[in-house]
Amino acid sequence: MAHPDSNSLLLSAESLALIDAEVAKYPADQKQSAVMGALRIAQNERGWLKPELIEFVADYLDMPAIAAYEVATFYNMYDTQPVGRHKITLCTNLPCMLMGAGELGEHLKEKLGIGFGQTTEDGRYTLKEGECMGACGDAPMCLHNNHVMHTHLTPEKVDELLDKLK
Amino acid sequence: MSLLKPTVKVCSWTQELTDPASLATYVANGGYQALRRIVTEQMPGDDIIAELKTSALRGRGGAGFPTGLKWIFMPRAFPGDKYIVCNSDEGEPGTFKDRDILRYNPHQLIEGMAIAGYVLGAKVGYNYIHGEIFEIYDIFERALKEAREAGYLGDKLFGTDFSFQLHAHHGYGAYICGEETALLESIEGKKGQPRFKPPFPASFGLYGKPTTINNTETLASVPWIMQHGGQAFLELGKPNNGGSKLFSVSGHVNNPGNFEVPLGTPFAELLEMAGGVRKGHKLKAVIPGGSSAPVLPGDVMMDCTLDFDSIAKAGSMLGSGAVIVMDETVCMVRALERLSYFYFEESCGQCTPCREGTGWMYRVIHRIEHGQGRPDDLDLLNSVASRIGGHTICALGDAAAMPVQSFLKHFGDEFAYHVEHKRCMV
Repeated sequence: MAHPDSNSLLLSAESLALIDAEVAKYPADQKQSAVMGALRIAQNERGWLKPELIEFVADYLDMPAIAAYEVATFYNMYDTQPVGRHKITLCTNLPCMLMGAGELGEHLKEKLGIGFGQTTEDGRYTLKEGECMGACGDAPMCLHNNHVMHTHLTPEKVDELLDKLK
Repeated sequence: MSLLKPTVKVCSWTQELTDPASLATYVANGGYQALRRIVTEQMPGDDIIAELKTSALRGRGGAGFPTGLKWIFMPRAFPGDKYIVCNSDEGEPGTFKDRDILRYNPHQLIEGMAIAGYVLGAKVGYNYIHGEIFEIYDIFERALKEAREAGYLGDKLFGTDFSFQLHAHHGYGAYICGEETALLESIEGKKGQPRFKPPFPASFGLYGKPTTINNTETLASVPWIMQHGGQAFLELGKPNNGGSKLFSVSGHVNNPGNFEVPLGTPFAELLEMAGGVRKGHKLKAVIPGGSSAPVLPGDVMMDCTLDFDSIAKAGSMLGSGAVIVMDETVCMVRALERLSYFYFEESCGQCTPCREGTGWMYRVIHRIEHGQGRPDDLDLLNSVASRIGGHTICALGDAAAMPVQSFLKHFGDEFAYHVEHKRCMV
């Protein structure tokens, strides 16, 4: 159980300033609108959204913790379980599949020794299967830690990417 | 290329310029002139809507609803808060056109939204951007900052009483938020579960206030129309299908990408622009409007022109203009299995027919693909699909059912072969 005062330490001043900028986008009585951005910012800093962190974000936005938890579990780019330092989300939807995403998925699984939804024992990589990322002309593709897209993938390019991610 | 000339590149004209996304590039080529003129001359909103009606601009997000008509639904004289929302939550498999507007021509969207705000009486707008393209979200945030600093967004624009604020909001991995009421829920900081309609967003939208929601490409077309007139836009395309449209071509072509062509262009021309079918293979099938649109056999598609009416007549939908090309090597059972998994994964779970039916359809197709199909499985799939479509709050149910029904209609023999021989005929 966390110390009652420890919540104040859950996010850095930088992250809180970013969350404040999100809050400012919405009407003063609609702070909850900032929860999507706030959870993203919190996850960026802390790696994943543990329940205490979700509660902290909810408190910060004056919303019920369960409402923030609903958001964190509904949208699949939020991680409510620990993930590796590098989360690779491979799109396998039809346009990517047509361009070889299935074979890339097998290559990644074999190379990392894990399946989709799993993390390597050293905590370096998590592999996820993703849905359409809206860049199908550049297929096949993956996301690194949600925000960096790597396109036109081949097994060789995947190997290069993995080697770069320490 | 520039916004000053009425070329067919309505939304993609900046792409060949240096620094295409910058305010300087946009303004140097006629950007924000339409907004400035409308606001400073206090052009009546009715006149702008009349131009949109003349233009036959139809919603570019998938439904093809006439934009001028949609704007009329808004109670413009309502004295309280009203909102304009842009739907850039581009997650329909095969669709990647709005991403290019946001990264190469964000200011034309900003200008279009400001004009919409002026006409509809909205002082605030939000652009909801697909979470997976976060690098593009950052580009759009930078464009907003530039527009604010240059006085194209903010209080009392051009020294008039018109004020308009615009903000970016991102999704974070939920296809359903492309549905407009789910999108509104998501902006409100909730799960993206669609709302029952009526009431429609025009009367009860964001925060319960009158709201108009348009697609990125739709809103980005507005400055062009106000610059050159509705008639010029209409004449780019064909009657009832005004303008050009971005088509996203993916799958088995040599040169996938976005191509902006007049509505009514033959599909064969688009295919040629995309480099033709890869490796000289034969064209087997095309999904013409994003994964939810019914699949069409290649030979049927080759006789179509790219406009709402022609594709509808052929039994599918122009949808978002996302053209997924499949060559002769594709196993249609495997293709449908993947699409069905997508709808199963992305169903928000609110309506029973969709929540249960999408999983059921996926499991049946999965077993057919894996050699465990049963003789009555094809009838079962049609039966389940017909009980989802039209029985849910939003269109995701229909979107899940239509691929199943159309794959079985056009490629039923492949499914039957899988069931009978426990393997693929391709």
